[in-house]
Amino acid sequence: MGIIKAVQLAFEYIRRDEDGNVEGITRAIDGVDLEIKEGQFIAVLGHNGSGKSTLAKHLNALLHPTEGTVYVDGKDVREADKVWEIRQTAGMVFQNPDNQIIGQVVEEDVGFGPENLGVETKEIWERVEESLKAVGMYEYRKHSPNKLSGGQKQRVSIAGVIAMHPKCIILDEPTAMLDPNGRKEVLRAARALNQVEGITVILITHYMEEVIHADKVFVMDQGKVVLQGTPREIFTRVEELRKLRLDVPQVTELAYELKKAGLDVPEGILTKEELVEALKSLKK
Amino acid sequence: MSLLLEGVSHIYGEDTNLAVAALCNINLEIPEGQFIGLIGHTGSGKSTLIQHLNGLLQPSHGKIYFNGKDINEKSFDRKELRSKVGLVFQYPEHQLFEVTVFQDVCFGPKNLGLEQKEVEIRAYKALKQAGVKEEQFYQSPFELSGGQKRRVAIAGVLAMEPRVLILDEPTAGLDPAGRDEILGQIKKLQKETGITVILVSHSMEDVAEYVDRIIVMNKGKIILDNTPKEVFKEYKCLEEVGLAAPQVTYIMESLKEEGFMLSAEVTTIEEAKQEILSCFKK
Repeated sequence: MGIIKAVQLAFEYIRRDEDGNVEGITRAIDGVDLEIKEGQFIAVLGHNGSGKSTLAKHLNALLHPTEGTVYVDGKDVREADKVWEIRQTAGMVFQNPDNQIIGQVVEEDVGFGPENLGVETKEIWERVEESLKAVGMYEYRKHSPNKLSGGQKQRVSIAGVIAMHPKCIILDEPTAMLDPNGRKEVLRAARALNQVEGITVILITHYMEEVIHADKVFVMDQGKVVLQGTPREIFTRVEELRKLRLDVPQVTELAYELKKAGLDVPEGILTKEELVEALKSLKK
Repeated sequence: MSLLLEGVSHIYGEDTNLAVAALCNINLEIPEGQFIGLIGHTGSGKSTLIQHLNGLLQPSHGKIYFNGKDINEKSFDRKELRSKVGLVFQYPEHQLFEVTVFQDVCFGPKNLGLEQKEVEIRAYKALKQAGVKEEQFYQSPFELSGGQKRRVAIAGVLAMEPRVLILDEPTAGLDPAGRDEILGQIKKLQKETGITVILVSHSMEDVAEYVDRIIVMNKGKIILDNTPKEVFKEYKCLEEVGLAAPQVTYIMESLKEEGFMLSAEVTTIEEAKQEILSCFKK
C-alpha cells in the first residue's frame, strides 16, 4: 500500500441554523479513490471550491471522513488514537506564512514541533539545524521571522514541518501570496525535500508552471478526481482544463496555439527548451 | 482626476533607532484613465505607496496632489478623497460582514450620507460591474466561493464610484479562470467609465496582458516606469530585483539566440504566436 490511500472518500459540510437544524449539506468530497506512493512528488489542481483543500485536510486528520476513509502510512484516519501519529507522518503547510509562525526567533519556531513531540533537547537542536539547512534558511536561524520576506517565511514554515520528521508533506497553495522570487525559493525547497530527503510531497496550487516537474497530477472538480496522469498527459488536454476553470503553462499554450495554426509541433510541450527544439527542427 | 507625487518619502519609525525608509523621494504622475501595473518584490514599498494615494498614510517628506490640491493640507476634505480613490486591500473578502451581499455593498454609499434609493442604485450597479450574479444578491456573503466573495468585496469599493481604483493583488489565491474573469471585468470597467486603475500584482503574465503602463519598485524607489514592452525588455534588471518577465518573453529570447529572425519584444501569447508564424511563412 502507498503512503496515502483514499478509499471511496466522501465529506459533507453541514450548515445549521441557530437552533441546530440542518439547513443545507455541501458534498465537498464525493467518492475519491487515490493512491500515492512513498517518495512521489504529487500535484493537485482544481478550481476554487473543487475540493482540493478539503481533501488535503483529510490527509493529516484535520477533517474526519463522512464516508470512506484515508490510510496514511497504513493508519486509518478514522481511528482517534492514531491522530497524533498521522499528523507526525503527514505535515501540512498553509497559504499564509503569517498564520503559521509563532516563534520570536526562526530557530525557536522550527523547534516548536519536535519540542511538542517530547524530543530530547540535544536532538531538537540537531533537527532544527538540519531542517533549516534543507530549506536553505540556516543563515537566518537567529533572525526574527517578521523581518523575513514571504518566501523566506514560507520556507521557515516548511522547516518547522520537516523538523517533525514526516514521511509526507502537504503544501496547500504555499506560493499564492509570494512574489516571483519567493515562489521559486519555495518550489526549489519542495523539490529538494523530495529528491534529496525522499519525502513525499503533495503540492496544491493554482500556478500551472509549478506542476511540470511533478511525477503525477490529480485534477479535481466537484469533489471528484476527474483527471490524473503525468504533467505531459494532463497538459495536452488544453480545452478540457479550460472547462475545469484551469489553464496550462504559457509555453504549453503557445505550442498549442501554434499547432492549431498549422505548425507541426508535438503535443504537451512543457518547457521552453522543448519548444525551442521543436521549432528548430521544423525550421530545417 | 490626476494624482501627482512630488518628492515623497516615508520613513517608518522616524526619530527612532529603528527608522526604516519605505519610500525614498518618489516623483510620479498618474493621469486620468490609465491602467497601471505596480510590481516589485515583497517589501519593495508598493503597499506603502498605495496607502499614500488615498491619505491612509502621510508622507514624511514631500507632497501629494489630487487634482492640483495638496491632500495633506488641513483644509483638504479627506473623506471626499477616500470616496474618489478606492482601495481594495489584499484578501478583501475578509472584510465582508453584512447579512446579505446586497447590504454589504450598500454599506459604503450609505456612509456617504446618500439617500436610500441612490444607495441601492449604486449597489446594484456595482454588483453588476463586478460580475456578481443577481441570484446571489440576497445570499449571505459567507456562503459564496472564494472568487465570488472577492467580487462582492470589490463591488463594495465600486459602489463608492471612485475615479481611481487601486487593487492590491486582487487575484491572489484564485483559480486561473477566476483570475481572468476578475481582471477582464476590471479592464472592461476601466474602458467604459474611464477610471484610473492601479493594479498591484505578483503575476507578470497578468500585468503584461492587461495594463498600459508598468511601474517597478525596488527598495522604496521607482526603478522603471514605462509600457509593458519596454519594461519587460529589461528582464535582466527585473531579475536582479526579484522579479521576472512573462514566460513568453524568455521563449522569444531563446528563439532569437537560436537564430530565429523575430522580435523579442513580445509580452503576450498572442503576440508570440503571430511573430513565430510570420517567421515560418517567409
